[in-house]
Amino acid sequence: MIRKSLTGLIGLVWAGGASADWALNMPQGVTDLSQETYDLHMMGFWVCTVIGVLVFGVMIFSLIKHRKTSGVAPAKFSHSTSAEVTWTIIPVIILVAMCIPAAKTMIKLEDTRNPDISIVVTGYQWRWHYAYQDQDLAFYSSLARPSLEARQLGSTIDPYSVDNYLLEVDRPMVVPVGAKVRVLLTSNDVIHAWWVPELALKKDAIPGMVNEIWFRAEHTGTVRGQCAELCGKDHGYMPIVVEVVEPDEFDKWLTANGGTPKAVAAAAK
Amino acid sequence: MTTAVADAAHHVEHGPAKGFSRWLFTTNHKDIGTMYLIFSLTMFFVGGTMALIVRSELAQPGLQFVHPEFFNQMTTMHALVMIFGAIMPAFVGLANWMVPLQIGAPDMALPRMNNWSFWILPVAFCMLLSTLFMPGGAPAGGWTMYPPLVLQTGDSFPFLIFSIHLMGLSSIMGAINIIVTIVNMRTPQMVLIRMPLFAWAWLITAYLLLAVMPVLAGAVTMLLTDQFFGTSFFLAAGGGDPVMYQHIFWFFGHPEVYIMILPAFGIVSEIIPTFSRKPLFGHDSMVYALAAIAFLSFIVWAHHMFTVGMPLSGQMFFMFATMMISVPTGVKIFNWASTMWRGAMTFETPMLFALAFVFLFTIGGFSGLMLALVPADIQYHDSYFVVAHFHYVLVPGSLFALMGAAYYWLPKWTGHMYNETAGKVHFWLSAIFVNVLFFPMHFLGLAGMPRRIPDYSTQFADFNMVATIGAFGFGLSQLIFVYVLLTCKKGPPATAEVWDHPKGLEWTVPSPAPYHTFAEPPKVDRTVAFPKDYD
Ligand SMILES: [Cu+2]
Ligand SMILES: [Cu+2]
Repeated sequence: MIRKSLTGLIGLVWAGGASADWALNMPQGVTDLSQETYDLHMMGFWVCTVIGVLVFGVMIFSLIKHRKTSGVAPAKFSHSTSAEVTWTIIPVIILVAMCIPAAKTMIKLEDTRNPDISIVVTGYQWRWHYAYQDQDLAFYSSLARPSLEARQLGSTIDPYSVDNYLLEVDRPMVVPVGAKVRVLLTSNDVIHAWWVPELALKKDAIPGMVNEIWFRAEHTGTVRGQCAELCGKDHGYMPIVVEVVEPDEFDKWLTANGGTPKAVAAAAK
Repeated sequence: MTTAVADAAHHVEHGPAKGFSRWLFTTNHKDIGTMYLIFSLTMFFVGGTMALIVRSELAQPGLQFVHPEFFNQMTTMHALVMIFGAIMPAFVGLANWMVPLQIGAPDMALPRMNNWSFWILPVAFCMLLSTLFMPGGAPAGGWTMYPPLVLQTGDSFPFLIFSIHLMGLSSIMGAINIIVTIVNMRTPQMVLIRMPLFAWAWLITAYLLLAVMPVLAGAVTMLLTDQFFGTSFFLAAGGGDPVMYQHIFWFFGHPEVYIMILPAFGIVSEIIPTFSRKPLFGHDSMVYALAAIAFLSFIVWAHHMFTVGMPLSGQMFFMFATMMISVPTGVKIFNWASTMWRGAMTFETPMLFALAFVFLFTIGGFSGLMLALVPADIQYHDSYFVVAHFHYVLVPGSLFALMGAAYYWLPKWTGHMYNETAGKVHFWLSAIFVNVLFFPMHFLGLAGMPRRIPDYSTQFADFNMVATIGAFGFGLSQLIFVYVLLTCKKGPPATAEVWDHPKGLEWTVPSPAPYHTFAEPPKVDRTVAFPKDYD
């Protein structure tokens, strides 16, 4: 019986993992920097896990052994300078060691020089506006119709019947694979935040300011995200979709939408 | 001890007034402490109801119960009510009751102001809660009140600001009172460094309050003038800077985090030695660690702002400073573990809450350490990972410490032992459901679910359902606590010591503690802050 339910549980977790339900961890993403971010996250996680196992282990041992019912007389000690100095200094060393790789990644994250493409992304209540700086193309990107209908209070449409419920837009942002894309973020009204977990990027879009971030997608495909800064009633309904395509497909997309292909796609190669 | 009893008998003619005027006009620290505690418990249930509305809506994808506008009002009000109405006043209530008893003072130093600082609170919260019925509804811009969004609040905006002014006023008066009491009214032989940890934690917390509540008041006043008097402190169109608000707010906001946890550290440092039957390990280093945490709390505020766009050097400074906080925090955890080590532990309800605090607060501390790593923080920020993190620190952290304190001192307050079985059931249900509620939120955040959204993509459905089940389990378990309080008077009478030889002046007065205590300063041993002969 127990074994049966255990297999059932494992099967459930396995099946869930396949459909991205019950997802437990951060995605490794589609850029080098998203991989580095994931690695830093795992480093933090393992450092905490090891410390946790040690500290909790000692405490659990103590909880089992040092109880009044086992007839022990309580010890009288109340301090130990050497122990206290040790557990002050060792954490400092661990922390400095953790900061070094983090700082290296931070330096790379800030390096927005020499982009192949620059896209100005402006937050509106409640949609995004994308303007390709050198390709004469600009458009709004809003929550896709099927999600919009299903999301209403009292809607009879089952969210599970909608593909990518709340994570689909009418017009996605399209970028060529391998190109260094610089995103310039600002806002027209309140503060929003542009977050795509697979790119490991999140930055606030702030009225009156321009924030810069960059990414270079390594694979073609579609990545999705959402506004991450509370921006009013429809904050939950301004998704982000980024399609990463081959450079020639990117040119075709530009032409089809009234933009002008520049030599960027070739440069990306 | 006999002196204290004699004093109590001698002062019996100064007993409490009768009826409602006793509570309205009281200047007695015990009465005021009781009122603070009852008020905060009420607010805990108000804020908890709001949380359950939030969790009900989030149980499944799609909107089932409320509109997004109302959802945002609930998340905003839940935070404001829980922070300023439940957690902070509960700690102030404990300070009122216990600080004079621990330091051998007859009352708080400024008793009339004490009455004021309490009675402002119900007024402030009536005002804040009344916004739910105003045109445009309650504030919905998040408890952080970031402009420009908060300036879109409807009629409730000025009421929000004014209620925060009042809460700030109350906190500042409370803080002044605690500082003056501790500095001036300790019994003569009580050396400051030897003072019990709960009093120490509150002394440091009170200085934090004094330092940062005016900063919050300033920030919200600037919001008020931006809205009504044509200033542009935070409005880009008028040359202002919306990010400046965030800097000012978090200069208040990060120390605020420690305002809600340092007294909890103090409580746990009282409970663990009692039930381990051993002196607190590293009393002095506990005090230094508190002071170090308080100092560091002033230089880490921008770790809440790694995604706003900051110079690289600034990011690195705030990352490193933030990580350094885990050093003194670690010292505290190691010291608690060492206090337990080779003790003779028993596991009454207060001890259970204190132990759960040490384990689960540590988990919140671990996610805090992970959050300090800037590139990872960029992913965690404003996601459910952060929601999991701060709820671990505040619920099995601050709240469990408060519950532990209530069980620990309840016999001293009422003169009766509470129902231990009910207490243990309350503890175990709380400890299990708090994890069912908050642990899955880590996974949701890592998988990419933003916070403060009323609806979500179907991939997040499973863990949200688990969290909602946990929320209802946790919320309903708290009713057991009310049952314990209501039935406490029926319990067997408590002795003066209540527990097995606890150390501290509060255990030298009878249970229930007489209306007036320590009319004459009690004698304590300079090396331990309680009478040595008393064992
Ligand atoms: Cu938003
Ligand atoms: Cu902080």
